[in-house]
Amino acid sequence: MTRAPTIARRELSSYFYSPIAYVALALFLLASGVAFWDDFQPGAPAEMRHMFTWMVDLLVFIIPVLSMGLLAQEWATGTIEPLLTAPVNDSDVVVGKFFGSLAFFLVLLAPTLLYAALLTLYGHTDKGAIASGYLGIILVGALFIAVGLFCSALTRSQVVAAVAAAAALFMATIVPAWAAGQATLGTFWRGVVNQCVLRRYEDFSKGIIDSGNIVFFIAVTAVLLFLTTKALEMRRWA
Amino acid sequence: MISVRELTKVYGTVLAVDRVSFEVPKGLIVGFLGPNGAGKSTTLRMLTCFLAPTSGTAAINGFNIFHQSEQVRSNLGYLPENVPLYPEMRVEEYLDFRGRLRKMDRPTRRKRMDYVIERCWLGTVRRRPIGHLSKGYRQRVGLADSLLHNPAVLILDEPTVGLDPTQIRETRKLIKELGGEHTLLLSTHILPEVEAVCDMAIVIAGGRIAAQGTPEELRASRRLGSRVLIECRGPAKEVELALARVSGVSRVEILNGHGDAAYVTAALRPKEGCDVREEAARTVIQKGWPLREVRLEHATLEEFFVQVTANQAMGRTE
Repeated sequence: MTRAPTIARRELSSYFYSPIAYVALALFLLASGVAFWDDFQPGAPAEMRHMFTWMVDLLVFIIPVLSMGLLAQEWATGTIEPLLTAPVNDSDVVVGKFFGSLAFFLVLLAPTLLYAALLTLYGHTDKGAIASGYLGIILVGALFIAVGLFCSALTRSQVVAAVAAAAALFMATIVPAWAAGQATLGTFWRGVVNQCVLRRYEDFSKGIIDSGNIVFFIAVTAVLLFLTTKALEMRRWA
Repeated sequence: MISVRELTKVYGTVLAVDRVSFEVPKGLIVGFLGPNGAGKSTTLRMLTCFLAPTSGTAAINGFNIFHQSEQVRSNLGYLPENVPLYPEMRVEEYLDFRGRLRKMDRPTRRKRMDYVIERCWLGTVRRRPIGHLSKGYRQRVGLADSLLHNPAVLILDEPTVGLDPTQIRETRKLIKELGGEHTLLLSTHILPEVEAVCDMAIVIAGGRIAAQGTPEELRASRRLGSRVLIECRGPAKEVELALARVSGVSRVEILNGHGDAAYVTAALRPKEGCDVREEAARTVIQKGWPLREVRLEHATLEEFFVQVTANQAMGRTE
């Protein structure tokens, strides 16, 4: 996987030429800024739980927009051909694209550090909780990007990739969170629902770093990247 | 350098390439010729390890496309059809990216970039975004990329498509210069291109190899002799009969659709070593048909191509 950093670098810099990425960035900052308003109240605990929880919902729709072009666009424009006929492995391409996209996600996240700075200025912040919140949101972002990348590997239409990824993320995040609030839910389904992204993420935003949660996010992300590599390989045989 | 054995590709139920075998010797420029949809690009994509063949195998520079895919790709420069490039990258930036993908260290990268930029006449656009370049320049960027790592084998898929006549001439000149140093396989559906630059041609039609050899050999293989065209004013049927009786003529064909309805054009196939022009002209004049043109036409590769591909299309094996 020695070529992955080269591909990641190209991917990251290509985001800065894409108007859609800037729109996503602006929307993300606007919405998380509004959510921060709830955290930034006199008398409220000096933490960013509202913003972090709200961010996960937001990322369900923002990440697909960032990840839709990763592979679908390469197929649509044909640039996949020079890429795969260079001496690179399919896994170089997948891992490179994943980290390029994750790097842009960190760029997206970076301005929210200002909110943390503001909180520290005006209150006694729980720094541990904020740090674990960031760790959690990065893990969630990585998982979401892996879902988006997988969808992007299956089609040459960016729209299809984005809608498929958003639908998958919606089913994995928002639907179980809603279902968990239903008192009539059976034991089995409650068990299933507790595996959902938002449930696992809640601990992070409270400042609890549970190794089970970390393993969950990393493992699911890795499985999705593996499947994406296989999807890419499969298209050679089509 | 390139050796292909029984390469076959099936897309679903469509047989795109059917047991294709050929050899490209070192240092030669070989034209891969065929009508659109004949399986040219599919074959090249299999050779460049972009697509996996359904059956059969191939080796490039001694490396097998299945088991040594990475070595094959390291030794190969490939210009895909339509030259897909990242529009937001600058020419230099793109070539640098490609060099990194090929694990070239910085000094080598610099040196080779300067070389290919000069060789492909890209000096004036090296800082320009690729998306702002004309088709001709983009083609050159693709070519520069395929030359960047100085590969032993170059595979170019329709390298002159979409270029203007001057650019076509320049590109052909460059390709000719590259022969000898590199082994080239280039696909095209333009015949004069093959006659102009290739040492050898492989004709593919309907997914099969229809013929291969030097352009001269191909012409000879069909015994496509020359033909004599006679244009005169007279009833078509009678002209045909009269000319068929001329000694030395083996076959007469009346060609239609040549403008003027009163005139007919007859194509005479002379027997080996016969010049039938004088005798045919005398016959026409004796009949009192006004004669407008007598012309000797030498066989072209084009005629060969049309024959071969038409036969293939009708499913006849040659």
